[in-house]
Amino acid sequence: MIPTIPQSRAFRLVYGGYVALFFLYLALPLTVVAVFAFNDSQFPSLPWEGFTWNWFFGEERPQIGVFHERGILRAVGTSAFVAVCVAVLSVGVGTTNAFLFNRYDFRGKGLLYVLMLLPLVIPGIVLGISILVFSSTLANGVWDLAQMDIQALRPGLLLVILGQFSFITTIATLVISARLQKFDRTLEEAALNLGADRLTAVRTITLPFLAPAMIGAVVVAFLMSFENFNTTLMLVGSDAPLTIAMFDRLKEGSTPLLNSVSLLLMLGSSLLALLVILFQRRP
Amino acid sequence: MRHQSRIAFILLLSPLVLWLGLLILIPHVDMLLISLRERVSFGVYETSLTQYKKALTEPLYLRTFWRTAVMSVLATAITLLIAFPVAYYIAKMAKGRLQQVLFMLCLIPFYVSELVRTFGWMILLRETGIVSNLLQWTGLADQPVELLYTDATMMVGLVYTSMLFMVVPLVTTLESLDDSVIEAGYDLGGNGLSVLREIIIPHAMPGIVSGCIVVFMLSLGNYLTPTMLGGKDSLWFTEMIYNQFIVRSNWELGAAFGFMLLVLSSVIVWGMLRLTGRTLKETMG
Repeated sequence: MIPTIPQSRAFRLVYGGYVALFFLYLALPLTVVAVFAFNDSQFPSLPWEGFTWNWFFGEERPQIGVFHERGILRAVGTSAFVAVCVAVLSVGVGTTNAFLFNRYDFRGKGLLYVLMLLPLVIPGIVLGISILVFSSTLANGVWDLAQMDIQALRPGLLLVILGQFSFITTIATLVISARLQKFDRTLEEAALNLGADRLTAVRTITLPFLAPAMIGAVVVAFLMSFENFNTTLMLVGSDAPLTIAMFDRLKEGSTPLLNSVSLLLMLGSSLLALLVILFQRRP
Repeated sequence: MRHQSRIAFILLLSPLVLWLGLLILIPHVDMLLISLRERVSFGVYETSLTQYKKALTEPLYLRTFWRTAVMSVLATAITLLIAFPVAYYIAKMAKGRLQQVLFMLCLIPFYVSELVRTFGWMILLRETGIVSNLLQWTGLADQPVELLYTDATMMVGLVYTSMLFMVVPLVTTLESLDDSVIEAGYDLGGNGLSVLREIIIPHAMPGIVSGCIVVFMLSLGNYLTPTMLGGKDSLWFTEMIYNQFIVRSNWELGAAFGFMLLVLSSVIVWGMLRLTGRTLKETMG
């Protein structure tokens, strides 16, 4: 509140109430998902049948918990594998992009920069189908030429990784560029004057400076990949990542198992997010 | 450029070119080419505009296309209206700790998968859901009420899903507005409304534009929310793309739909930037 500006009590009350309602709206869906993970019933809905841990640790039908449900565990593994690949790839390319745009002036730089931003304004489904179409064109071309069937170009994990990489790289580039712009280049020049070669100077001076942004970008990329749905939906093969596996189950009707998976997801991602915030606060 | 620096330049340029070329540009060109062909017989294709003709003459396709566009604009407008007072509260009314906590609370739903958020709304709003039970318990309804599968429910979900992308840019721009400028507005005889119209909103314009662009894009490209919360009649354009590609394997028509969606989103984003005299680089970068 700006103290010098008079506001009536009623106005402040109504305003405060509105903001409180807004946060209730934000919290409501997540809270019910979390609460019904503990409902001792086959359905994540009322009536409340009592408290149970079975949807986490249950071993027998009909209440098999997350930790004993093979399908879900396998999907978590698939998602984690995809997310690690996407995070490493996109932060790697994001770093080289940041150096390119920060250190070099060349013809067409402006155009390339706008192209680099484009993946953010292309709908995820369209990104997915364009990559699907192109990879199958390639696969068909190879078949016509050499009668070879390249499985990697058919829907599956490689395409999922490439599809997510294609837009998460833009975000990694932006995060790392923002930090690189704050770098004092005289530090690097000092290293050069002291006899280091270019590569050593970058490796020992610039990269450590960039590390917080790079770690932040790794976590953001990991989370975005883990949660991605639209692009993945178009490119997925027989190994379904977690979001797709959950979507398939949700369509068939839900049990509180989905709530317990969701609750674990919420806890996992908030923990990761918190870690990043703490890490970046460190001087 | 010196020799060594030239090699470094090429090494840094090649990942960017490979990424944009192989994963963005060529795939989209390929998609355009596929959408421009027609299957004459097995394995034989001809270049033609048939797919676009089909898309533009079939009433169902055309109706879904415009409905998706209008509903996305509506969702963007509603998100802006709901988010603006909240963002102003966080940026200017709340102070210190409270400000930080409220801002963090806005970020949390973003870290949770969209699937989980949609699932939450399903638990709340379905026939056996919480809200239905609450209505019966308070006597406002005497039988279970189905609140899912309507346009209004879908709108609630769309607004919820993209709220964060509106709140964050608004808070950031509003925080950069100096309190003394608002005070000066009042000192010069302005009232709440005129200060809002002539000082606060113009200052927040960059945040409003980038928030609106992102929210619009997310709504237009959303698949989960319309599928899970919307009704049988509330088909979304992304669902039609999915159906053509995966269910019917009619890639030609699906690619044409994809291209129409891409053109629609580009035109609206370009229009918004044009209207406010900003560039993509300023807004996103």
